[in-house]
Amino acid sequence: MPLPLLPALPLLGFVILYLTAGRLPKRAIEAIGVGSVGISAVLALLIAADFLRGSEMPVDTAWPWMTLAGFAPRFGFRLDSLSLVMILVVTFVGFLIHLYSAEYMAADEGYDRFFASMNLFVAAMLVLVLADNLLFLYVGWEGVGLCSYLLIGFWYPNSANGLAARKAFVVTRVGDALMTVGLLLIYTRLGSFDIQTVMARAQQQWPPGSLAAVAAAALLLGGAIGKSAQLPLQTWLPDAMAGPTPVSALIHAATMVTAGVYLIARTHVLYELAPPVKLAVAAIGAATLLVASFSALTQRDIKRILAYSTISQIGYMFLALGVGAWAAGIFHLMTHAFFKALLFLSAGVVIHRMHEEQDIFRLGGLRRQMPLAFWSFLIGSASLAALPVVTAGFYSKDLIVAAAWADSPWLGGAGLLGAFLTAIYIFRAVFIVFGGPERHKPHRPTGRRIAVPLIVLSILAVVGGFVQLPSALGGSPLFSDFLGKTLPSAPARAEAEAGVTLASALIALAGVGVAYLIAVRHWFTTALNAPPARLVGYWWSIGWGFDLAYDRLLVRPFLWLLSRNRADVVDSFYTALAAFCRQIYRLLSGSQTGRLRWYAAGIAAGSIVAIAISVFT
Amino acid sequence: MTLVWLVLIPLLGGCLAWLAARRSPAWARWISLVALFAELALLLVPVTGGHGRWLAEVDLPWAPPLGIRFHLAMDGLSFALILLTAVLGILSVLASWTEITEKVGFFHFNLLLTLTGVVGVFLALDLLLFFFFWELMLIPMYFLIVVWGHERRVYAAIKFFLFTQGGGLLLLIAILTLSFLYFRQSHVVTFDYLTLLKIHLSPGTDTLLMLGFFIAFAVKLPAVPFHTWLPDAHTEAPTAGSVVLAGLLLKTGAYGLLRFVIPLFPDASVHFAPFAMGMGVAGIIYGATLAFAQTDLKRLVAYSSVSHLGFVLLGIYAWNGLALQGVVMQMLAHGLSTGALFILVGALQERLKTRDMGKMGGLWTSMPRLAAIAMFFAVASLGLPGLGDFVGEFLVLLGTYRIAPAFAAAAAAGLVASALYALLLIQRVFHGPPSGTGGAPPDLAPRHLFVMGIMMAGLVWFGMAPQPVFDAVAPGLDNITAFARIP
Repeated sequence: MPLPLLPALPLLGFVILYLTAGRLPKRAIEAIGVGSVGISAVLALLIAADFLRGSEMPVDTAWPWMTLAGFAPRFGFRLDSLSLVMILVVTFVGFLIHLYSAEYMAADEGYDRFFASMNLFVAAMLVLVLADNLLFLYVGWEGVGLCSYLLIGFWYPNSANGLAARKAFVVTRVGDALMTVGLLLIYTRLGSFDIQTVMARAQQQWPPGSLAAVAAAALLLGGAIGKSAQLPLQTWLPDAMAGPTPVSALIHAATMVTAGVYLIARTHVLYELAPPVKLAVAAIGAATLLVASFSALTQRDIKRILAYSTISQIGYMFLALGVGAWAAGIFHLMTHAFFKALLFLSAGVVIHRMHEEQDIFRLGGLRRQMPLAFWSFLIGSASLAALPVVTAGFYSKDLIVAAAWADSPWLGGAGLLGAFLTAIYIFRAVFIVFGGPERHKPHRPTGRRIAVPLIVLSILAVVGGFVQLPSALGGSPLFSDFLGKTLPSAPARAEAEAGVTLASALIALAGVGVAYLIAVRHWFTTALNAPPARLVGYWWSIGWGFDLAYDRLLVRPFLWLLSRNRADVVDSFYTALAAFCRQIYRLLSGSQTGRLRWYAAGIAAGSIVAIAISVFT
Repeated sequence: MTLVWLVLIPLLGGCLAWLAARRSPAWARWISLVALFAELALLLVPVTGGHGRWLAEVDLPWAPPLGIRFHLAMDGLSFALILLTAVLGILSVLASWTEITEKVGFFHFNLLLTLTGVVGVFLALDLLLFFFFWELMLIPMYFLIVVWGHERRVYAAIKFFLFTQGGGLLLLIAILTLSFLYFRQSHVVTFDYLTLLKIHLSPGTDTLLMLGFFIAFAVKLPAVPFHTWLPDAHTEAPTAGSVVLAGLLLKTGAYGLLRFVIPLFPDASVHFAPFAMGMGVAGIIYGATLAFAQTDLKRLVAYSSVSHLGFVLLGIYAWNGLALQGVVMQMLAHGLSTGALFILVGALQERLKTRDMGKMGGLWTSMPRLAAIAMFFAVASLGLPGLGDFVGEFLVLLGTYRIAPAFAAAAAAGLVASALYALLLIQRVFHGPPSGTGGAPPDLAPRHLFVMGIMMAGLVWFGMAPQPVFDAVAPGLDNITAFARIP
């Protein structure tokens, strides 16, 4: 099965939709937009079947891009178990989101523009995960960034959306610039962009902990931090909510933010060679997951809760990568894709049917009014909170926490605390939005194209974890064995595992309990309303003030400097030169008065000076 | 003789267009178009008559007692740049089709005369002949700005003239000195490039002469801090003037550095390289941030040119295969992407009668085609992989990194800055609530769509399959690097 077809189909969809520019009928736009990704998903299944049937050899196809004195990057595709997991997630979750959008966006004027950008998004992400060399990967990497920009700013008449879109692009571009330098370093030192070659040569040429390895890993990490919205470049993601809800689902679940996780897993050899950077990955992950969880606790906007939860869950993935539990990170990436897409899509139903209301405190009692959205959101939340045994999120998160615990109690403790907070913030939303008395009547019934993705994702959010059962439950690690061909398996830690599993199960349940007490029983109200608590809450709700700090320390001084220099300070030199010439001209032309006396005096004075000079020198 | 025709066709076409415009302005437009298509056709016919390292060569005596010869020669580098000249010439004529209504004949005469100068500059191998063409570009461009320009056209035109003429004066002095020094060494009066390459210069002298050449070309390029004529000239020029300025005239500066400065003064250039690369990086960052600060749409695009040409300067002084191929690619891609942006700005100005971005906004609704096309060129400009600018910039960075990692890393910061101005352009003009300027202006007409389509196709070609360009240019670059005896 030809691999290039996977990104080619959505790309073709984009090209057709871009060039026809809205002249197609709606049905055709839908058929192209949804169909292209759908066929890609089917192809991905066929490819997976081929792969599993035992064709051990990775499929490899390539076209030359350019050849210059040994520099020969190509459009090369390569499939291994890591990219196989990624393409299945991207095409399947992507397809479900597209199908959902066909109905969700039906009333929007920019229907064609929407599907064009969505298709390009999926195509770019597929290029990113299938590329066999870093430069081609970078093509997908930047393409993903562009599409996020196009879609976050999709409703362009509102300037705030455009601002959010630009913020997303520029902040991630800061990471991309670091990554570019990393690419330059890698090519210059190792002489290739081909990922397999680079990894092999790095192992041969760079001793562990060497400066080159540390620099390369750190620079690539810069790119990963930007795309995956980790500290300190996480500020773009909460604002990215400006886009339509299916876009959020696509960015948070199937594409974009997982790119950084993928990049680190893909180049894991570099991180093994650079222990300090690997530790930094774990530390950034742990810090991010806590910071974002605290912020999620205090949000009122349902989409912002989910946005912070994404930052936090990607933090878990970084934590896993940082402690060398590569497969666990990718496992969580997969289950997260299922339940986060589910959460966004069911939140989208709520928002849509409640007249675009996103404030959880203005919603309420929706349990009976929209059972489908309720059950979907509940299942998604349970999986996010990692409720034991019955949810996919439990298995993946447990694996990460256990690995982190084995590495260091600090990292493991951060993971456990994060799990507790996760359960609180998401079930707080569940209880407030769906519990309590009914407030408003929803409008518009839900059609089939919205219902099917919700049901399928609900199933996946439950059973998606059974591919990797912890040994404590008598299961077998199918998933990490499968990935084991590409990613080294995590260090053995069977003894620790049972205890951690039990602890994280209890902690998640406790979190739900606390959420119930706060949101439904209104316990702790006085304590939470005390001024210090409110202040801390405000601080968390604005994302720990990162935006504020960047605005004051970077953006404003930069803009101030620019506004002072709009006229270009360099030009003032030339203006001064011109003014000087003009002044001299005035002086000299002033001497041409037409009065003979002056001229005679001038000649006399000149002669005297000349004689004086010749006499006295 | 092909080369002589390459110079003569635009010259004759220009004269003919001026004469024919007395009958009807349409004649001038059509004659210019036909002449430039003839130029293009002539270029694409397999060139013969060259030997050795040149694709084609003509060497006739011009003023024998003074040692001046009519010596033209074309290699892959000149070929690629003349091809760009013909294509951008055609597109400029098409873009001015409805914009220029006054003195149509004289306009096309000046436009084609400028192109004649550009073609000549890319071909001349006699230093005085080169200087002749160098000056030939200048005067008609001055007229293009001063007659058909916008509000501050006189100021801009005089500024353009003084800067370029100041540089030109230094160039002339340097050329004459060089020839004089060669005469003292060998008692032969000559301005021939290939002969002068063999001159031996003392270290101090060659640095001085090198600076004479360098400043002339750096003004044209333009390199910071010689760039301040550019925003004014680009902004005030009519659309075709801006396209030719940005797309071609700036490239003559880069060409001069490649062809003359480094091969003639290799030792001085090696010592000077860190300064030149520093100027390049400064241009990249400074140009991009100033572009971000502008409120005039055309000025924004003009400053973005300063940033893009910074990569060119950086790559030239990195002086290795990757960087130089990147330089050529950057020149070609910049010609298309920035040229297209100027055409779009011109189209907007024609419709809205303003270039002030504060008075625009929300134009996506009324002009979706123009907006979608502008988006394409904006992202090309910010270096999106898959389009030509990326290939050029990345190769320059890759070539620079192995020589000077710090400069390459600093230049990479330009990636962020270019995103700032490119997306600001989209935001201010096309996003946001619709502003109430003059109802709903019409979207792009088929003629414009055709022009834009060609430029988009070109950028996709450069970005996805640039190999033919590299193959065509490589012998020319080998040529130049062989002349410059630099390790």
